[in-house]
Amino acid sequence: MTLPVTVLSGYLGAGKTTLVNQMLRQADGKRLAIMVNEFGDLPIDADLIEAEGDDLIALAGGCVCCSYGDDLMAALAQMAALQPPPDHIVLEASGVALPGAIAASLSLMAGIEPAGVVVLADVGQIDGQLANDYIGDTVVRQLEAADLVVLTKGDIVSAEQMARAAKTVHAHSRNAAIIKASQGHLPLDVVLHPSQVSTPQAGKAHGNAAGLESEVAYPEMINEAQAYAKSLADRMDVIRAKGHVITPDGLQTVQVVGDSWEVHTAPQNAQVGVVIISLKQVALA
Amino acid sequence: MITIYNAKKIITMNPAHAHTTHVAVRDGKILGTGTLEDLAKWGDYTMDTQFADKVLMPGFIEAHSHLMEGSLWAYTYVGFFDRMSPEGNMQKGCKNLDEVLAKLKEAEAKIKDPDAPMPAWSLDPIYFDNVRVTRHDLDQVSSTRPIGIMHASGHILNVNTKALELAGLMRTGVNHDGVPLGKDGMPLGELKGPDVMTPVSPHVGFDRDMLACDETGMVRFGKLCVRAGVTTATDLANKLPDEVVNLFTEVSGRKTYPTRIVSLRYHHGVSPQELIEHAEALTLKSTDMMRLGKIKVVVDGSIQGFSARLREPGYFNGAPNGLWYISPEHLAYILEHALEKGLHVNTHTNGDQATQLVIETMTDALKKHPSPDHRFVLQHCQLADAAQFRKIAKLGLCVNLFANHHFYWGDEHYKLTVGPERAERMNAAGTALREGVPMAIHSDAPITPLGPLFTGWCAVNRLTASGRTLGEADKISVDEALYAITLGAAYTLHMDQEIGSIEAGKKADFAVLEDDPEEIGGNSLKDVRVWGTVQGGRVFAVADI
Repeated sequence: MTLPVTVLSGYLGAGKTTLVNQMLRQADGKRLAIMVNEFGDLPIDADLIEAEGDDLIALAGGCVCCSYGDDLMAALAQMAALQPPPDHIVLEASGVALPGAIAASLSLMAGIEPAGVVVLADVGQIDGQLANDYIGDTVVRQLEAADLVVLTKGDIVSAEQMARAAKTVHAHSRNAAIIKASQGHLPLDVVLHPSQVSTPQAGKAHGNAAGLESEVAYPEMINEAQAYAKSLADRMDVIRAKGHVITPDGLQTVQVVGDSWEVHTAPQNAQVGVVIISLKQVALA
Repeated sequence: MITIYNAKKIITMNPAHAHTTHVAVRDGKILGTGTLEDLAKWGDYTMDTQFADKVLMPGFIEAHSHLMEGSLWAYTYVGFFDRMSPEGNMQKGCKNLDEVLAKLKEAEAKIKDPDAPMPAWSLDPIYFDNVRVTRHDLDQVSSTRPIGIMHASGHILNVNTKALELAGLMRTGVNHDGVPLGKDGMPLGELKGPDVMTPVSPHVGFDRDMLACDETGMVRFGKLCVRAGVTTATDLANKLPDEVVNLFTEVSGRKTYPTRIVSLRYHHGVSPQELIEHAEALTLKSTDMMRLGKIKVVVDGSIQGFSARLREPGYFNGAPNGLWYISPEHLAYILEHALEKGLHVNTHTNGDQATQLVIETMTDALKKHPSPDHRFVLQHCQLADAAQFRKIAKLGLCVNLFANHHFYWGDEHYKLTVGPERAERMNAAGTALREGVPMAIHSDAPITPLGPLFTGWCAVNRLTASGRTLGEADKISVDEALYAITLGAAYTLHMDQEIGSIEAGKKADFAVLEDDPEEIGGNSLKDVRVWGTVQGGRVFAVADI
């Protein structure tokens, strides 16, 4: 059995902690193991914590959080040996770590399956970080290693600034899908499987990963979920979409792959929001 | 109880009394130096003449070493250079791969348990034409027992096939820059960088906890100190959990333990806030023989590992810039709060960009928390240029330069890492002193052997292993070197009121020498023979340990 590990990267202040907490709130029975560099500024909201030990914190819903300090490999082995084993590990890299190097190292460990690299970029800070003599090249190397880049804190900047940040990120992040999100609101599956988002699906006619863009839609009340799903499937630019919408019948899960779609009742605790992966706009190319 | 020692010569490092013949000691402290007539007036005394034909100096201070040097001797030494074990067995250097393998075979035959792993250390293939050592080579020693050899730099581990099997790496499809593959697609057994070493090192017997601290290793470290004339040594990077602090305190407190240890809390694995809190708590646990409360921050990697942060023009071979091991924001937090709370910070910076970051961050931190005597130390600081040394002096920073590195890896830096011009200015002790920077020099043991007289020789001569003089202008004098390994080092540790010179009121810490370092000449400084030490008034003879 292999244990998937997602690397979560991004410079200080990019919103990794916020995202981790949102992921835990969406875990819905999935046992996540969150690994952080240190517990210092405790990364987990207090209401999620059930019990605290020196190196391990037990969280609601069978999730755990541990600090790996200066021995990531030993901590990973420890996580993999937990009983029952976690379903998925989210490895939060330190702000100056290179996620590409970490992902490469993961491939050396037996029983571990790298699930990709998510890099968070604060749209208000990214230009300044890239221009910084000391950390600019580190931030570039983080973006280059990304399968998925999440643009964060877009709600406090102008649309122009957001567009500029997206373009900047795209210039460095090669094949990564780019998603805009704020307050960590992203569907869990997208964050956990970034390499699936960036990798083109076999047999699909729509271009390659380099031309992909992702965004999260928060549609208001949808009268007919089937019609909404069909409208996405009909769009030429949409390749995949998945998420939850509110309807007169309650929350519904919508999934779109290429030209086909399906709709079913959403699981408990699902939140409104649909990730739409589409061909990039010309402006970004 | 007063003891007066007479010696052929006492080099005090106290300019008011630079050379003398007698020193009086009471309760581990110096009453004074001078003539017997002067000292006799302190009252009843015992005359101890055992040093009558020796030269006494202040006990040497190794201001950048690691206690791991003692622990590593539990493993087989396969370095290129002859190296003295703590017990005084000269380990002959292995001059080629065949000699390495022969030494391993000899050691292997002595291990009874057929499954026990065999760790070895200090391999350095740069001295045999950079020949790549592979698992096939080590399989000649044993194909059934896991074997691992740590390189002298600490950045590369060579293992045999059995070790790869145990680590689950004996397979195709491994895709990592640090794991070179053979024609068959299988790893060759060379593991480069900590990321790829750590999954394998436990299988070959490198026990991280033991290396960080164990009683036997600590005792052996003490023996090495006596052999080198060292009475105070640093343990530059430790996590210092309670059990380690308790062990260090107990062992260093023994009447038979010959070395005062200064152990620094390093920043890895804890937040900046926790680091400051822990350092404050450790300060309260400090004892005379076990000094605690200082902080070590690792800012970048190593130059020969291409992980040091360089300014333009970057690496000579075009390698991409190195790695930050701390963010500028966290560095700023630590420096500011340490200044505020009076904690002493030592920053590891190898590359000149890392040094520049510390300079700029300190400039801002000192505006917030002016501190006239912080003495924060730039450790290694190998690539600093003259402009940086001028800034360092202005900011009240000290440097501890890696003089030994110049000898062991200077040729590599000249050819490969930074090129001729910058290789010449590495560890620029002459420039540091000309610009008025308080300076120590170090071995970084176990990376290079503990031995301040050898370190002094390196700084005086600036020779590389191939015999090249690298940086004529940065040579220092013998007197300056002797100062750097005594009072200079004490100053960088904030301990110059207690140690570093032989004068009234200070600890009775002496290096006892057979030869006179002031007379033997700079070319032979490394050949000065060490009889032993006096530490806190206790006599430790090399012959007895």
